[in-house]
Amino acid sequence: MNKPALPNSFRTGPDEQGMFGIFGGRFVAETLMPLILDLEREWNKAKDDPEFKAELSALSTFYAGRPSKLYFAEGLTRHLGGAKIYLKREDLNHTGSHKINNCLGQILLAKRMGKKRIIAETGAGQHGVASATVAARFGYPCVVYMGATDVARQSPNVFRMKLLGAEVRPVTAGHGTLKDAMNEALRDWVTNVEDTYYLIGTAAGPHPYPELVRDFQSVIGTEARQQMLEQEGRLPDTIIAAVGGGSNAIGLFHPFLDDKDVEIIGIEAGGRGLDGVEHCASMNAGRPGVLHGNRTYLLQDDDGQILEGHSISAGLDYPGVGPEHSWLRDSGRVDYQPILDDEALEAFQLCTRTEGIIPALESAHAIAHAVKIAPNMAKDKIIIVNLSGRGDKDVHTVAKMMGMEI
Amino acid sequence: MTTRIDRRMAKLKAEGRPALVTYFMGGDPDYDTSLSIMKALPKAGSDIIELGMPFSDPMADGPAIQAAGLRALKGGQTLKKTLAIAAEFRKGDDETPIVLMGYYNPIYVYGVDNFLAEAKASGIDGLIIVDLPPEMDAELCIPALKAGINFIRLATPTTDDKRLPKVLENTSGFVYYVSMTGITGSALADTTKVATAVQRIKEHTDLPVCVGFGVKTAEQARIIGASADGVVIGTAIVNAIANVLGPKGEKTADPAEAVATLVSGLAQGVRSARLAAAE
Repeated sequence: MNKPALPNSFRTGPDEQGMFGIFGGRFVAETLMPLILDLEREWNKAKDDPEFKAELSALSTFYAGRPSKLYFAEGLTRHLGGAKIYLKREDLNHTGSHKINNCLGQILLAKRMGKKRIIAETGAGQHGVASATVAARFGYPCVVYMGATDVARQSPNVFRMKLLGAEVRPVTAGHGTLKDAMNEALRDWVTNVEDTYYLIGTAAGPHPYPELVRDFQSVIGTEARQQMLEQEGRLPDTIIAAVGGGSNAIGLFHPFLDDKDVEIIGIEAGGRGLDGVEHCASMNAGRPGVLHGNRTYLLQDDDGQILEGHSISAGLDYPGVGPEHSWLRDSGRVDYQPILDDEALEAFQLCTRTEGIIPALESAHAIAHAVKIAPNMAKDKIIIVNLSGRGDKDVHTVAKMMGMEI
Repeated sequence: MTTRIDRRMAKLKAEGRPALVTYFMGGDPDYDTSLSIMKALPKAGSDIIELGMPFSDPMADGPAIQAAGLRALKGGQTLKKTLAIAAEFRKGDDETPIVLMGYYNPIYVYGVDNFLAEAKASGIDGLIIVDLPPEMDAELCIPALKAGINFIRLATPTTDDKRLPKVLENTSGFVYYVSMTGITGSALADTTKVATAVQRIKEHTDLPVCVGFGVKTAEQARIIGASADGVVIGTAIVNAIANVLGPKGEKTADPAEAVATLVSGLAQGVRSARLAAAE
């Protein structure tokens, strides 16, 4: 790829057209265009509105439990024998992952816009649960589209959504994963334009979603940066987060983008290896294309048909990535590395045993990279890993991989 | 510039009847069959052909056209082969306008300049690209116009009077009015509302306005054709093909014949539109 000229700041995007360099944009059907323009207008008003900010802040504190802790993982650090590892504990948020940060922000937007119905797509079910949660809290009917494959492998989350009053619609098209769920959510939105708010769960989709999801998730990095300064008196050397669509990663990364000495690493799902098609490493093994309203790195064939990826983690099982990540990749600011299913599974067990924390399989990918690099780093070096969610939802998948029945 | 679309529309206007615009999926269920379907369309009464380019993730399409695209892809269809169908058709028909319809990604990956040059050489007259709104005109619309290919825009019930001029700005050939908010193949909207909407668009442009999404029967075509300059039929044609395919994709009857029978009926509906309206 051509390297674009390096900007003075990595934190100014997107431009007015919603572009991060050549990535992003608004590639949607005309029917949806007026809706995303409305959303952009409302978002631009809301983000500078003290009342909006105060309401979101209060909900974040008293409902979601923020700030989440920055925890020194002493057991894991001792086990690896190198750099100090800190975990940003998004798993401790209400609903068990970072997804609540974005859902609280967007449900307030939906309320401001006078919408009457919430739709969402979900992969692992974490965003579906967070969407169903805020819909219950604010009294909205909620429909969650979820690939049929994911419905089967994330059954605890499906039940949680139903308890919360959401309707879960399994999507059988394609491989029945996140990509197909997103197609179906877009079809719902294009049909129910009058009253429906589409609560996108990741920092992807047409502008302004990548920007607003990033801004709602940036609380992760803003807190982590402040907490690190308080706890260690300096910035970390390396920060790591897993990237599916990339919302937890951009949330951690964005506040650190202009800290030149902080190394930033995004972890893609390497699945069963990058040689074949059984992975979701769009930035390592894909190329730019247009899907779901934005231009970004995609897994696709020579004819521009989108490929079905594979990951042990339903939350990373998506053939694309948020457009800002694509731009950060090409600009060289962030290094994106793959982690295999097996490596993630090992890290999952290691974290559980050395820390007494069961991480989500998504987050286990990020931990796995720390496991790789920490032993080769000096003991005074510091790594922050975004522990984006807790792993209770994954115990069935992990048991199956370990050959056990529960 | 005048294109085959402009000439065909002018001719129909002189005849005092709306156009029958027919959509089918290139490569559904395979290259040869879909070429025979395309060749059958003008004889059955189709005035303009929309040639679908299959895409793995057709976000604006209902189950019927989704399935048609998957059948085509399974049969080995590619963008290159879709252009080849058009080029082959052109050898025997230099009059009937061909509009390629689909999504942007296959074109983007093919390379816009390459694609436009080959499309032009294959006798393509226009493009309908669902996921390229006017905000993204620099991507393909402007280069297409420069290459002498019409860029046909979708206007929808959500396109209000304030937005219409933007939607119409670089549109040429005709305007495709989407009769409802929804995906292809849904139930037809209130036809009175459609007529009002067509009138509203005509206040902003001299371009012909064709109406699609949800039109399935000759009767509906007749009613819509009374106010619109053209009626687009897609899902009904795709269903006619699917209906003569067995569970394993084997043909139980000739798809081209099935399509021809359906289109002949629709053509009668369209041709009686203005007669009925005049009564």
